[in-house]
Amino acid sequence: MTMSILEAAHQKAAAGERLSIEEGMALYEENDLLSLAEWARAAKERKSGRKVFYTANYHINLTNICRSNCPLCAFQCEEGDARGFLLGTEEIGKELASARRVRNLSEIHIVSALHPSQPFSYYAGIVQRIRREFPNVEINAFTPVEIVHFSKISGKSVTEVLEILKDAGLSSLPGGGAEILEDRVREIICPKKASAEEWLDAMRQAHKLGIHANASMMYGHVETVEERFRHLAKLRELQDETGGFRAFLLFPFHPENTKLGQEQEIRKAGSWENLKMLALSRLMLDNFDHFKAFWVMLTLPVAQLALGFGADDLDGTIGEEKIIHAAGARTSTGITREKLDAIIRETGYDPVERDADYRAISTGGTA
Amino acid sequence: MLCTKEYEEIEQKVMRGERLTREDGLRLFACPDLAWIGAMADYVRKKKCGDIVYYNVNCHVNLTNICLSRCKFCAFGRDEGSPGAYAMSKEDAIELVRDAMRDPHLAGLHVVSGLHPTWSFEHYLDILQTLHEKFPSLYLKGFTGVEITHFSRISGLSVREVLLRLKDAGLQAIAGGGAEILSDRIRRELCPKKATADEWLEVARTAHGLGIKTNASMLYGHIETMEERVDHLLKLRSLQDETGGFQTFICFPFLPKNTELGKTISQTSMWDDLRTMAISRLLLDNFQNIKAYWVMLTVPVAQVALGFGANDIDGTIHKETILHDAGATSPLALQEDTIIRIIREAGRIPAASDCNFNILPTD
Repeated sequence: MTMSILEAAHQKAAAGERLSIEEGMALYEENDLLSLAEWARAAKERKSGRKVFYTANYHINLTNICRSNCPLCAFQCEEGDARGFLLGTEEIGKELASARRVRNLSEIHIVSALHPSQPFSYYAGIVQRIRREFPNVEINAFTPVEIVHFSKISGKSVTEVLEILKDAGLSSLPGGGAEILEDRVREIICPKKASAEEWLDAMRQAHKLGIHANASMMYGHVETVEERFRHLAKLRELQDETGGFRAFLLFPFHPENTKLGQEQEIRKAGSWENLKMLALSRLMLDNFDHFKAFWVMLTLPVAQLALGFGADDLDGTIGEEKIIHAAGARTSTGITREKLDAIIRETGYDPVERDADYRAISTGGTA
Repeated sequence: MLCTKEYEEIEQKVMRGERLTREDGLRLFACPDLAWIGAMADYVRKKKCGDIVYYNVNCHVNLTNICLSRCKFCAFGRDEGSPGAYAMSKEDAIELVRDAMRDPHLAGLHVVSGLHPTWSFEHYLDILQTLHEKFPSLYLKGFTGVEITHFSRISGLSVREVLLRLKDAGLQAIAGGGAEILSDRIRRELCPKKATADEWLEVARTAHGLGIKTNASMLYGHIETMEERVDHLLKLRSLQDETGGFQTFICFPFLPKNTELGKTISQTSMWDDLRTMAISRLLLDNFQNIKAYWVMLTVPVAQVALGFGANDIDGTIHKETILHDAGATSPLALQEDTIIRIIREAGRIPAASDCNFNILPTD
């Protein structure tokens, strides 16, 4: 007797076996949120037990002036725009002074626009400076989209760019800019930036150099369900090859203030859809250890709930986060350890303050 | 699964359709495995109610916020003459409903108000009757057990007599509010001036005896213990066994903003909201419907609550005022197409209904 795709998907999800794209889509269509939650939770516990992580990190956005002009983005603006900013030496000094005030700072996270005229040396110089001032902090900087941009403006290969940054002190790459790794979709939402293949290849090169990275998916715009699952399968395939991804995070598309949102009349995905995609991502990406519930985007209540749907990392105590707030996220821009601990404990899990490698760090007496 | 062996017995009872005990309820509230509790509640919901989710195209009419009860958890009530106090005239109420009637789908009214210190029962009755005469196509649901008790106190009429007169004036169903936690310890502390636990239950019992359906509710997340939540649910279940007159049960998380009580208490988490919803579905095995009231839960929680036992998402409301005084962050109203989209994204079938859960024909 042959099993239907859905029956096979049920069995595999319950047993923790690898799902095909078709099986993932069958579970998506079935829409049984609570079964997905149960399987995703079991998958989480196989990887990280009862631990739920968070970290003290500091976000810096160097510039919002961007030549990519992606319709999906509410952050970027053109050169000469009154909203435009570009951090100079002095302003970076101020940011680093704020970062120094963060207790147990484990990571400085830098993501920026593709500035039309700043040379690669500007970025490499900043990494060098941060490494000098923070010898032990993880520098998690530059998405593959930025790496590809650096390669284009400097005439160096992606590998050379990565080597230079690594020598300057770069530790790891953030997971942004993946959006949906399908060129049909990228043509509509971000035609001028790194293609799907370029994004994946930059990651491959980084992993080969021992630079770990995160991966992401931005969904809820013009992509089909099948494209979401193909995206996840591409990440899974690369992870099989390199093992270089540390964590995965989902970005539900915020349509407010974006060209894409207005032109395509896109409505934001509901919490049902967001939790469902989290659980399905956990099930599809069976070779990823960690899933972030990025509370700035999800809101804190939904991020807490995400811990029941496969997430094991609430991300950071964030100093400042401009990109998503420009697109109308309503969450406040900072949170305390005490609040994160309480939120995690309510779910029955154990809070762990982590370093960039997901090792527990001493919390200085609060835990 | 976090909740393992000791919870198997509960799961088996749920699967067999057996009634859960007080002890079971307490164990569920002690269990952090939200997905498991939710899955059981969803199983029961599906078996009992299928995939239809009820909603109303309705308008809330809050005649006055002047209230002699001044409960500690309330941000709506005001003293007469204090800033922000209002009392609608009959004409104001008609105007509000006429405005809401611009929506051709408007099906009914939900009338709930403060306990005005000088209005007579006849005054409330007159407004109700007028609304009924002016807008005969609209269903009329209104007045909580607390208001009915108040009407009985101020008029000298029995609860039964009050209910009969309201029914004659056009009232078709009674609102579920005012139950709070049906414990005299809690009520003495938070709302000593209004209907006691027994009085609230007696209004429901009497209404059911007269063939008037009522709703039930629980206000949680303030000073109550988990035991008191469970006992509250069991009191409702026990009366429902007796009368069968409750239509839907509504979970109200306490919204602390602008309330006296809120100075010391912070708001419940989504985790607590969803487990309370699911456990209510599991314990209230004789209630057909469980409502996810989006105004209090917020739209995202209310939507997810459809997977945790709820089959009713309340209505469009037109303009909510009571809870927005308590800092509710949800919109003042929802468009009907928004409600439909929320329900469909959850994979369920939206059905507009009247206040007695009769599905209305669509155009």
